[in-house]
Amino acid sequence: MDKKEIEILELLEKNGRMDVHMIARMVELSVDEVEAAISKFEEMQIVHGYSTLIDWTEVRGHEGVTAMIDVKVTPIRGKGFDDVAERIYRFPEVKAVYLMSGAYDLSVSVEGKTMSQVARFVSEKLSTLDTVISTTTHFILKKYKHDGIIFGEDDNNDRRMPVSP
Amino acid sequence: MSLDTSRFIAEHVEALKPSGIRRFFDLASTMENVISLGVGEPDFVTPWNVIEASYHSLEQGYTAYTANAGLMELRELISDYLKTTYAVTYRPADQVIVTVGASQAIDIALRAILNPGDEVIIVEPCFVAYASAVSLAGGVPVSVGTKAENGFKLQPQELKNALTAKTKAIILCNPNNPTGTMLNREELLPIAELVEEHDLLVLSDEIYAELSYEADYVSFSSLPNMQDRTILISGFSKSFAMTGWRLGYAAGPAELIQAMTKIHQYTIMCAPTMAQYGAVEALRSGSASVEHMRKSYRQRRNFVTSAFEEMGLMTNRPGGAFYIFPSIKETGMTSEAFAEALLIEEKVAVVPGSVFGESGEGYIRCSYATSMKQLTEAMKRIKRFVEKHTA
Repeated sequence: MDKKEIEILELLEKNGRMDVHMIARMVELSVDEVEAAISKFEEMQIVHGYSTLIDWTEVRGHEGVTAMIDVKVTPIRGKGFDDVAERIYRFPEVKAVYLMSGAYDLSVSVEGKTMSQVARFVSEKLSTLDTVISTTTHFILKKYKHDGIIFGEDDNNDRRMPVSP
Repeated sequence: MSLDTSRFIAEHVEALKPSGIRRFFDLASTMENVISLGVGEPDFVTPWNVIEASYHSLEQGYTAYTANAGLMELRELISDYLKTTYAVTYRPADQVIVTVGASQAIDIALRAILNPGDEVIIVEPCFVAYASAVSLAGGVPVSVGTKAENGFKLQPQELKNALTAKTKAIILCNPNNPTGTMLNREELLPIAELVEEHDLLVLSDEIYAELSYEADYVSFSSLPNMQDRTILISGFSKSFAMTGWRLGYAAGPAELIQAMTKIHQYTIMCAPTMAQYGAVEALRSGSASVEHMRKSYRQRRNFVTSAFEEMGLMTNRPGGAFYIFPSIKETGMTSEAFAEALLIEEKVAVVPGSVFGESGEGYIRCSYATSMKQLTEAMKRIKRFVEKHTA
């Protein structure tokens, strides 16, 4: 991967909607070259998709809660944690699963409409798995920053004077 | 009858020309929704670790004066930084002084070296303060213009033509505000030869050195025999996005730095303590945040350069700083008329090249230290404006 390819990835990571013409100008490549690079990233599964960061708390009438669940599991002989993780991440309610170092094994992020819906998922689906030893559920009360973006910050807030030497 | 207080003003201050930027600032300030490419400072906020370190120093009660030349710890870090980055060696104890911005370093350097009537070469187009700072120090500014066809690079022959028996120093800003021009080693060497031949001193304003996008930056001080003839001036404003902290420094021969320190101790005492603690953290934490900002400026430089080229405005691809200096001669307007009409018709603020010296006439300075969103919109508006006025 060369320097310019890394630059393209960094630009897309910050803004998945950035126009290829704009990227081409910024990294001094042709539009064709940028398009070829992006196709390559997609084929190589370096780029897995283009999502949008939405602050749903600002959307009127939207209901939803997110929980971070610490899960202790018994790894399966010969397969480690991967099979257990798969049993969990296949549930559509589960938005993210990470294998962690430290006091527990899997960190599972679950979204639901209400707290009781998430609680039901934990007690009926997650805790009942044979390999799961224990769960600790933490509900997110407020998101300050997500994926490097500070929520509620106005990026048009330029504090500089309009003209200076 | 009220007292005419203006008669108390010293004649040489009365004679100073007000900055051409001031008038433009007043005009732009009265308007709303202006996209400004007129700003001579980073659009980044100071890195958080620097802000946090300064907070911490305040919480710990570090609110007293520091040594006149600045915190020893900071001078040591500056010395290390100059050594590792530009391969120049300065003793923290007597060859480095921490100042209130690079501007104050320029001021006290000039006051330390100039006798009345001494001439100082100023390479135009340049930062608006040089000529006035020379005049205020009792010297005589002598302009040497540079031309677009030479990439706004100082030509040794033109420098030579301007030298007289009274020439004492040259102020060299590399990379340059407002043109973005960067001189490389080969281009600096013949200047260094002239400096030696004519027994001159160089005030090397290297405030934009960290923002150079092509070749490795060469400090004037690192050229053969130049360390004894250079006062290296830089600061934290541009590289660490710390303009409002007002913190710069100068490094040079001990005798000169001591003379500057004398003026500094009687007029300023020391640079702000909390800002110095912030700067300590800036240098300690190293180059990651600088690298991030430099990359972003370079991408924006690439974008605006291609945008101006597409408009058919002749432009030198800037090698450093965060300015681009396209020609607007195609439109037949003066740079001041162009900038004023652009502001009124399209609500885009740029700075007329003429405020940076006569040789800046026919050009405008656009700062690309602003978001890509704003830059994209600004380029659209300038394009529309240029099309309308060249038709």
